[in-house]
Amino acid sequence: MDLAFTREEQAFREEVRSFFRDNVPPDTRRKLVEGRHLSKDEMVTWWRILNKKGWGTSHWPTQYGGTGWTSVQHYIFNEELQSYPAPQPLAFGVSMVGPVIYTFGNEEQKKKYLPRIANVDDWWCQGFSEPGSGSDLASLKTKAERKGDKWIINGQKTWTTLAQHADMIFCLCRTDASAKKQMGISFIVFPMKSKGVTVRPIQTIDGGVEVNEVFFDDVEVPYENLIGEENKGWDYAKFLLGNERTGIARVGVSKERLRRIRDLASKVESGGKPIIQDAAFREKLAACEIELKALELTQLRVVADEGKHGKGKPNPASSVLKIKGSEIQQTTTELLMEVIGPFAAPYDVHGDDGSNEAMDWTAQIAPSYFNNRKVSIYGGSNEIQRNIIAKAVLGL
Amino acid sequence: MDFDLTEEQRLLKDSIDGLLTDSYDFESRKKYMKEKGGWSQAVWGKLAEQGLLGLPFAEPDGGFGGGGVETMIVMEALGKALVLEPYLPTVVIGGGFLRHAGTDAQKAAHVPGIVDGSKTLAFAQLEKNSRYDLFDVATTAKKKGDGWVIDGEKFVVLNGENADTLIVTARTKGNRRDTTGIGVFLVPASAKGVTKKSYPTQDGLHAADITFTGVEVDGSAAIGNPDDSLALIERVVDEARVALCAEAVGLMDESLKTTVEYIKTRKQFGVAIGSFQSLQHRASDMFVAAEQARSMSMFATMASDFTDAKERSNAIAAAKVQIGKSLKFVGQQAIQLHGGIGMTMEAKIGHYFKRLTMIENTFGDTDYHQRRVADAGGLV
Repeated sequence: MDLAFTREEQAFREEVRSFFRDNVPPDTRRKLVEGRHLSKDEMVTWWRILNKKGWGTSHWPTQYGGTGWTSVQHYIFNEELQSYPAPQPLAFGVSMVGPVIYTFGNEEQKKKYLPRIANVDDWWCQGFSEPGSGSDLASLKTKAERKGDKWIINGQKTWTTLAQHADMIFCLCRTDASAKKQMGISFIVFPMKSKGVTVRPIQTIDGGVEVNEVFFDDVEVPYENLIGEENKGWDYAKFLLGNERTGIARVGVSKERLRRIRDLASKVESGGKPIIQDAAFREKLAACEIELKALELTQLRVVADEGKHGKGKPNPASSVLKIKGSEIQQTTTELLMEVIGPFAAPYDVHGDDGSNEAMDWTAQIAPSYFNNRKVSIYGGSNEIQRNIIAKAVLGL
Repeated sequence: MDFDLTEEQRLLKDSIDGLLTDSYDFESRKKYMKEKGGWSQAVWGKLAEQGLLGLPFAEPDGGFGGGGVETMIVMEALGKALVLEPYLPTVVIGGGFLRHAGTDAQKAAHVPGIVDGSKTLAFAQLEKNSRYDLFDVATTAKKKGDGWVIDGEKFVVLNGENADTLIVTARTKGNRRDTTGIGVFLVPASAKGVTKKSYPTQDGLHAADITFTGVEVDGSAAIGNPDDSLALIERVVDEARVALCAEAVGLMDESLKTTVEYIKTRKQFGVAIGSFQSLQHRASDMFVAAEQARSMSMFATMASDFTDAKERSNAIAAAKVQIGKSLKFVGQQAIQLHGGIGMTMEAKIGHYFKRLTMIENTFGDTDYHQRRVADAGGLV
């Protein structure tokens, strides 16, 4: 048992860190630190820098452009990326649809889609949730009917993150209404520009527009846009959701935020002295840092286990990552609210392009607190995570 | 970075788990509790036979050269089986003082007896008003010729009744809360002027309040510098905290396992109560708490080797905080999910709960250590 990283791993961390220092556009970093929204251009610009370096799709198999890094290297890369901070790769393309295509797609699909995913020539979005299908995703109703060499798609998706930017969507559609609910679902991809696709933005409580409703009205899609086998979509969806087990804890994000809280708390005054000198606040902050340290160790246990024994059998501790990771992210935003006190109130009205640069960064703290309530809801709510632990780990 | 056990460590784990499975079921434990001093000489002998009592000592001193991970393995196993025997005061704490600061003569006098199981030790540290501050020492050791005269009162000394040798913290200089002027002394339990009041503790162990009245020891009784041993005490107590973290992980593992088994079999409304979602979620939260505790126990084990004492203490304090929070949740919910039966002495779960609870109040509780981490500037 040994906590230390090897000399090679430490050198790798330095390499990654200095690459970020030299290549992340300063304004992009500043906006992330201040909790502001990035424009599509800012994100794509950064992802192309990353892809040019060969790190855009780091965890893909090497034959499709991956790096061949060890689990520990992936961990280090993610931690540095999150805590620099720099924008994380577009999960919908790189972490979700990409792996489904290289694992279950045919050669033609791999050739057609993978390079464009890597370079974000196509911005992908995820068509999973529906108004009536949240945690009970398999009850989804969006229908794809085979008509000659085409699918005709009708229905509605919701909570579609950044669909307003998207060129492509991967969609779970019901293709066999008579089958048991998980069995009649297929995984189909198509352009968002297709006739009959309508995107309606949803404004969330923080004032931003991250999610959308997407409507399909007799959308015609070539049959060949089916990924893998017909009616096997549920298996691919499960594969996709299980693929990113360790990034979900977002330890680097919380670390960066805690450093910022400590820094702010030594500047903002309460009772005539910096709030960090207030014992009650300081202990709350320490409590959160300790929880995060425990989570970091839990994540390292999972990472080390994957490195040694492969990704086949998930370490039971991995189910802890989503629950604790989201709780800690939420606690950090609460602590920020506490530091900023009455100056949490001013609201920065969003520009037409979704930007929010009109006001001081302090105006982003409350929105960030509001926005982070989502992290215990998305990606399988924390209640669903508890169901998973009860069934898969405890055998209840 | 590696969290796996080596082949030898795995063998150690198997051997102690095997020994305790054979000799430490819940019924046997009740019998051991009635023996002199509240634990079993026979079991202690078996631990000695397997080399577990000599584990952390260096080979030239008659030990097996085990490190922090080996102690973690043993303490986790002792926790899992709810063991009464005085491994913590004798091997971890007593052994710790001897290993870190004992002279060759002191080691020769005490280590062989620890290793072969013929002698046990106790740590007389807590005082009426010291609470968790290790530097708060009113007991005095006054120089007399080459030796010392010790006067004072120590409380809740684990294994105080049976121990052959007491390790006593006493002040050679200065005032009660000074951080210098504190020494550590080896005092034979049979020394003139030592009086003991023994009693069982809440968790089924045994302790004693010990009064030292003009107790004379010779010059060789002091371990380390008699005028400045706080750093030594902190180091050994840090190791004891790490050991308690591991013991608590073992206790939590067994508590969770027992509770999950219970709710799978206990039927109400015609079904196993474990089929109810509110109970499933509670059990899942217990699992999360236990895993976070395990992570921090591993962290603390590795931190005990940190060369910077401040960094070491901060990391171990953080671990004790996480363990404290987790053990309270796991312990309390284990009782809740057992329902009425969990309230009885007959069921094993209540005894796990009680031991967990006492660990929280030993060598600093959650609030105490959280304050230490906060005052040290945090953990990021």
